[in-house]
Amino acid sequence: MTDSLQDRILAEAKDFADREIRPFAAVFDKNQGISRDLIGKMAERGYLAPCLPRLYGGLELDALHYGLFTEIIGKACPSTRVLLTVHCSLIGETILRWGTMEQKNRILPELAGGRRLAAFALTEPGTGSDAKNVQTLYRQQGDHYHITGKKKFISLGAIADLFLVLARGAAGEVTAFLIDRNSPGISIEPMTGLLASRAAYVAAIGFSDVCVPAENVLGKEGGGFTFIVNTALDYGRYSIAWGGLAIAQESLDVMVAYARNRKQSGRPIHTFQLIEGIIGDGVARVEAARSLCMHAARLRDQRHEDAVIHTTIAKYFASRAANRLASDAVQVHGGNGCYDEYPAERLFREAKVLEIIEGTSQVLQAVIAEYGLRKFYAGPSIKSTSL
Amino acid sequence: MTIREKIRSFIGANLLVSGEDEEFSDADNLFQLGYVNSLFAMKLLNYVEREFDITVDNEAMDIRNFSSVLNIVSLVEKIRQT
Repeated sequence: MTDSLQDRILAEAKDFADREIRPFAAVFDKNQGISRDLIGKMAERGYLAPCLPRLYGGLELDALHYGLFTEIIGKACPSTRVLLTVHCSLIGETILRWGTMEQKNRILPELAGGRRLAAFALTEPGTGSDAKNVQTLYRQQGDHYHITGKKKFISLGAIADLFLVLARGAAGEVTAFLIDRNSPGISIEPMTGLLASRAAYVAAIGFSDVCVPAENVLGKEGGGFTFIVNTALDYGRYSIAWGGLAIAQESLDVMVAYARNRKQSGRPIHTFQLIEGIIGDGVARVEAARSLCMHAARLRDQRHEDAVIHTTIAKYFASRAANRLASDAVQVHGGNGCYDEYPAERLFREAKVLEIIEGTSQVLQAVIAEYGLRKFYAGPSIKSTSL
Repeated sequence: MTIREKIRSFIGANLLVSGEDEEFSDADNLFQLGYVNSLFAMKLLNYVEREFDITVDNEAMDIRNFSSVLNIVSLVEKIRQT
């Protein structure tokens, strides 16, 4: 697709977000749910599948434009952005990459059209960063599998029609299953009291001997972690990188607007040098985060082998920038920043979870360090022998 | 460079630091030896698809196909022949 057509889609999305999403973001947060009406409107426009091929009902945006699209939605409402991260990136893109032709033809048009919403069920009460050790179990019986276990913190879980579930077999191998919400043995418990993503229908999901046909295995049996989880989390990290940039940019926007209009001691607070310092740092951080996101996007569009690590770097930096910017936005707002009449309070809460999901900052630091210890070492070459 | 040489070179440049003083043969299982992490499988996948202009489909999605130099060479050659 041409850049001009993609740019037009972005312009329309910006108008849509300003009209249909941003004015209601605080209401969604308070009501603990984005409106189903909004989800329907997004589906009508292809916004639930911006990066999927047109063949399946998507908008076929390339990685760069999909990132920019994610920023537009995430700036308006981080909880609404979750639809893109989970439904489109974690599930849609992963099925596109690893699904059989039958699975793609059957599921992707339904996801793109919003007829089914999908959620990624990996995290468990006792399993977070150590995702290889999921405790949800599966056993094969004839041409079916039976799944038993519990998942937690599943975004969109309360309303999803389809779950991508990671479970462990008898020999410890991890396999991915596509499971219908209406399957007997599934129980869904919406989770409240969350710091962030309050409007993203986060839920705990129980699986009690849930029967899944063999054709609903995604990828090959035993390939669930190395391929499905790693692929999905790479897509998810890319989405969160732009989601972090979105919160950082929105925080900067609200900070600047407040600093220009708020007066203390008879003058706008932006004229105080210490406030200028905060804004100057904020601009630099946003530009740095944007550069990293754009660089990752270009590598992804080239299918470059370093796309994964640069996506990781972008996610790490942008999520930290979001936290710093959101915290500074609260600081510039003073008491008003601690009150939900202003968006700074919500941005501050929403930013934190981005440093936890799709790889904590600490796990990502270790991954980035491994990369750096190789890339920036000019020592002796590695010894090797051939057969 | 042959396919084998390219793959050896790519893997050699991506060994985890803890494995850099170790030697590996073309038949060694790099994942079992702990010389690479699971994220490397993704990087390797992107590399072989781009470098050799192939698409690895889900039928080939088996960690054994990526576990050693010999297995990766065999995978690339097999896909190229189809």
